Amino acid sequence: MAVISYREALNQAIDEEMARDENVFILGEEVGEYNGAYKVSRGLLAKYGEKRVIDTPIAELGFTGIGIGAAIAGLRPIVEWMTHNFAILAMDQVINNAAKMRHMSGGQIKVPIVFRGPNGPAEYLSSQHSQSLAAFWMHVPGLKVVAPATPYDAKGLLKSAIRDDDPVVMLEAELMYSWEGEVPEEEYLIPIGKADIKRQGKDVTLITYSKPLRTVLSVADKLAERGIDAEVIDLRSLRPLDTDTIFASVRKTHRAVVVDEAWPMGSPASFVAYAISRECFDELDAQVEIVTSEDVPMPYNHRLELAVQPSEEKISDAVAKVLYME
Amino acid sequence: MAEKILMIALSPTMEEGTIVEWHKKEGDNVETGDVICEVETDKATMDYESSQSGTLLRIIKQQGDKARVGEAIAIIGEEKEDITEILKEIENEKINPAPQEKKAKPAEKKQESETVEQKHTKPREEAPPASKPPTKEEKAPPTPGRIKASPLARKKAKEMGVDLRSIRGSGPDGRITVKDIENAKAITPQASLSNETKRIKGGIIPVSTMRATIAKRLSESKFTAPHFSVTISATADRLLNLRESINSKAEKKLSLNSFLIKLSAEALVRHPAILSSWEEENIRLFDTADIALAVALTEGLITPVVRSAESKTISEIDYELTDLIQRAKTSSLTPEEYTQAGFTISNLGSYGVEEFDAIINPPGSAILAVGAIKTEPIYDGETFRPAKIIRLTLSCDHRTIDGALAADFMRTLKAMIEEPAEALI
Repeated sequence: MAVISYREALNQAIDEEMARDENVFILGEEVGEYNGAYKVSRGLLAKYGEKRVIDTPIAELGFTGIGIGAAIAGLRPIVEWMTHNFAILAMDQVINNAAKMRHMSGGQIKVPIVFRGPNGPAEYLSSQHSQSLAAFWMHVPGLKVVAPATPYDAKGLLKSAIRDDDPVVMLEAELMYSWEGEVPEEEYLIPIGKADIKRQGKDVTLITYSKPLRTVLSVADKLAERGIDAEVIDLRSLRPLDTDTIFASVRKTHRAVVVDEAWPMGSPASFVAYAISRECFDELDAQVEIVTSEDVPMPYNHRLELAVQPSEEKISDAVAKVLYME
Repeated sequence: MAEKILMIALSPTMEEGTIVEWHKKEGDNVETGDVICEVETDKATMDYESSQSGTLLRIIKQQGDKARVGEAIAIIGEEKEDITEILKEIENEKINPAPQEKKAKPAEKKQESETVEQKHTKPREEAPPASKPPTKEEKAPPTPGRIKASPLARKKAKEMGVDLRSIRGSGPDGRITVKDIENAKAITPQASLSNETKRIKGGIIPVSTMRATIAKRLSESKFTAPHFSVTISATADRLLNLRESINSKAEKKLSLNSFLIKLSAEALVRHPAILSSWEEENIRLFDTADIALAVALTEGLITPVVRSAESKTISEIDYELTDLIQRAKTSSLTPEEYTQAGFTISNLGSYGVEEFDAIINPPGSAILAVGAIKTEPIYDGETFRPAKIIRLTLSCDHRTIDGALAADFMRTLKAMIEEPAEALI
């Protein structure tokens, strides 16, 4: 099986879908001439031309709205946001138009669109460019939200997102674009709304999505050296949320820690923790812990920047808490 | 951090214990496992082994004081620690002793909601302060009497039949975790084993009609008739020789029980007051020796009756008995055949039991419990010789039979066993 980078996996997904369906096109800042701010759309302009690979001005509300209009009119746009930090400008279009049209038209209008780009903290980007907005999208009925953490999941989920008749928001991460992983040559799809157990275990359930997966898996390996067998669930989709997989795991391990780069209040982690507390109440041997970014704007100072994010140490501490090992 | 030492359930049914004696005094050092005091439970006096360690700061319940399970009997902590807060708490508990599952009072509720904190937002030392870290004082006060246990621990405790009150939790603020339940179970004798290794399968059996009847009749007998018993030993060599010589010539072997029924009937003829029944206003005296024999069945026992044993020969008795026992085992006896006995014999000799007390089988007033025949040395004034000894115990209803009467009857029966010809005289 070929080992490719996360950005290459996304590129393959877009390329394959554009080749399969002429209604699929991509628009966004720098997607064409520059081959993408993070090189996800490399080579697509040369291959499909400027009608289907469209460089836009720096106007998120505008080009996101154009994309939504095109989707309502029957095309299948992929809107690339240079980062989710800039997508805040486009929220009105996403939340009030893309997410609502199907409902408000009594099902007559569908909005088959994908919004994608890097989300969450990277490095040295300070407060305005280092935030996870997962909760903002996950909060909205009418949207689907996916957050793959491996090249394999990224390709399979993006292809499903492009084919989906509802608007899908995809969360990537700057630091993940260079991550490598196995991706099969033949075509495959990953259904939206299905979590993936990345590591089987029996003592504690660690639940995460997107970039923190690596940190969590690394913690799981270190816990194994101490005789703690952690199960790691990669949510992959935040909306719909695969609660069946989460609950089944917690019923087995009786303990859960949710790891999330978002801030704690109203975070995806907090909702997952609530769902577990509600559905698995009698199966819990300890409170559900969440490990999130600290409740502060991202500091610019690099040491502080690292200190406010979920770390291996913080995850281990939370595991120790729920296993009463402190 | 000073902690309360609580009265724990030292027996499964204990609700309250009395301090018999303190083994530690205030200021003493206590290690985990030390016996700190003796507690009188509903069953016995037990050692109270400490599951906490530290300095015994205050004894709350003095010698002779009673404490409910869950009530503080002492305070343990670090030397010279301030215990005013904890004493206040104990005082409050006294004023409003809360049952285990009592809901928090509105006032407490309010306090709890005001002090909800996002614990996970507690900043690391090097990070700027974010949300206010929770302080000890802000913590909602614990609901007195409420046991802290994780939901899973509660569920497990219920499944395994563990009393949460008897467990000291190892989690934060003494929260009982599932591990505490498993550990508690592991050190109790009825440790729960996996099904593969289980040698004893517990469970629930619905009570059969026979069981219910036995329970009802014997409880009534035991709880209403003031029982007393007299025991006597008899040398059975002659009786056994007699039986052997008869059986060596007979086609059908006569059972020892048939002999005992016959001899009992003859002894009853000589002491008819034994054949009596208490009827509150009157004492009924039977006019025949209707003798029952307790027969064990898989699901219980039954007492088929040989009527008028005093006017039957041993072989007649044996013939009847064989039929009765066989039909008892196939549950085909009619109620007339197993009720209304004036006297009963229960023989556990075949199990090797030497002597035992039986419960009177009403309406009779006496039951004879027969033990195993054992060869024992007896002294005949000059020398020891081996003899076959049988022990007989008569349980009597003291409302109808006095000690002297019972003893007199037993003396007669002993004489007949030792010299069966006595029965002919």
